[in-house]
Amino acid sequence: MGASATPRNDRPRREVPPRAENIRQQGAVQSQMSWRDKFDAWSAHHSNSAIESLLRMLGTPLQSLMTWLVIAIAIALPAALFVVFNNVQQIGQSWQDSSQISVFLKKDATANQAQDLRGRWAQRPDVAQATYISPEQALEEFKLGSGLGELANQLDENPLPAVILIKPKIGGNAPDALTSLQQALVADRLVADVRLDMLWVKRLHQFITVAERFVVALAGLLALGVLLVIGNTIRMAIENRRDEIVVVKLVGATDAYVRRPFLYTGLWFGVGGGILAAILLAIGFWWLSAPVAQLADLYQSSFRLQGLGFIESLQLILLAGFTGLAGAWIAVARHLYQIQPR
Amino acid sequence: MIRFETVSKRYDTGYEALARVDFEVESGEMLFLTGHSGAGKSTLMKLILLMEQPSNGHVFVDGHHLARMPKSQLPYFRRNIGVVFQNHQLLFDRTVYDNVALPLQVAGYPHQEIGKRVRAALDKVDLLDKERTNPMALSGGEQQRVGIARAVVNKPTLLLADEPTGNLDPELSNEIMTLFRQFNEVGTTVMIATHDVELLKRMNKRVLGLVQGKLVHDGVLW
Repeated sequence: MGASATPRNDRPRREVPPRAENIRQQGAVQSQMSWRDKFDAWSAHHSNSAIESLLRMLGTPLQSLMTWLVIAIAIALPAALFVVFNNVQQIGQSWQDSSQISVFLKKDATANQAQDLRGRWAQRPDVAQATYISPEQALEEFKLGSGLGELANQLDENPLPAVILIKPKIGGNAPDALTSLQQALVADRLVADVRLDMLWVKRLHQFITVAERFVVALAGLLALGVLLVIGNTIRMAIENRRDEIVVVKLVGATDAYVRRPFLYTGLWFGVGGGILAAILLAIGFWWLSAPVAQLADLYQSSFRLQGLGFIESLQLILLAGFTGLAGAWIAVARHLYQIQPR
Repeated sequence: MIRFETVSKRYDTGYEALARVDFEVESGEMLFLTGHSGAGKSTLMKLILLMEQPSNGHVFVDGHHLARMPKSQLPYFRRNIGVVFQNHQLLFDRTVYDNVALPLQVAGYPHQEIGKRVRAALDKVDLLDKERTNPMALSGGEQQRVGIARAVVNKPTLLLADEPTGNLDPELSNEIMTLFRQFNEVGTTVMIATHDVELLKRMNKRVLGLVQGKLVHDGVLW
């Protein structure tokens, strides 16, 4: 093959007679193009492929929009569920914030000891507030609140124990932390009993765990759907450009070169679908937010629906783009190599 | 440049396209490959391009033992072979310029270099004024010349042409033969498959004659 194998060098090609021994000439071909040239060509082909595949997509806007919508819906569904249960978790947190632990003290605890204990507990990092209620106060409250004042008056002695009300300072998704606080409180020798209604907290968390799994499974299935949709779209794109693929392979295109535009096509399908999904979600949550706020007001709650933030939307789009790329890769791996010049 | 050592090609259907073919082509040679359709001309070219693998025997091209070439080297190997097809294999979704530029783009040439070389190749085949045209708008002879420009734009050491004058009248086919001769004169090895006997007589070059897959003639016709 001689000197003419050197693309950057115009030496007359006759001067080196091609011989069977020149097997390593090919290596020389590649090395004679500088790394810089090769890198430039490589990055140029990347940007060309990226732009061209995008333009090609916009060339058939209706078709592309339909594919984008399919992908967007498949992505928006699990994303919406994810956002909804994030909100539910927040409600749970605010409820839990208002929860109290009632610590009943032993009968023999004096008022001073109880005040001491209250002071110590108030110092704990996981306690927001500790309030002491003496047996007398408790009896007064009982008389007022129960309507059994007459009955209480007939008692010889006050049957009620002193109580310390603890307001925990713990994040909402931590029933375990509450339990360990409870255990710490019950360990004191003055304490007779600790009451913490854990059941609803546990139920809420269990519910969230179930919902979480459900959303993950759904997201997995729909991601598979996105992969298949994009894979099929890419397969058709490959089929449409069969002639071109045959020709570029014949003139010496590497597999990477042939693959590149299709991978970008997949990426754009994913990114486009992701952007559309983010828009759908933003519209959907905006539409829901007013009635939800009114509902929350009826329950004297300051709860407000939180949609997807900017960063989360960006993550969603990136994830969608990655899924698109993966789908394209699968399609390309399956179909591109079947097309060989014949 | 090309060496066939007892090469046979039998397709999966049982059809034997080539039977124990032996020949050698020196670098810088110009030769013809002839025979009726089905005699094995196209198969022989496909073996050189590694579009097919022989069932038996060995093919050497440009110093490469083709059976031992790693798949990853195949694109680089093909960049040194220009191919002209009877049906041109032009892409009708782009201009003449872009068609001719394809081998250079694939090989990763810088932009300006591509422009220079494409225009030089188009000038050679006398189509410089058609560079912005879609090849669909060209005549058969012009399309064939675009195909030739694309085949030579990368300055290949070996130029293969499969029935390049198949659908052309004698005057046009003479023009195209003149082009091939010019490429050969600057050192390119040129191999042309044709069943046009008149053309073979006119050219007076080495001829490989195939009959039912067997090499029955090797040399100048008379």
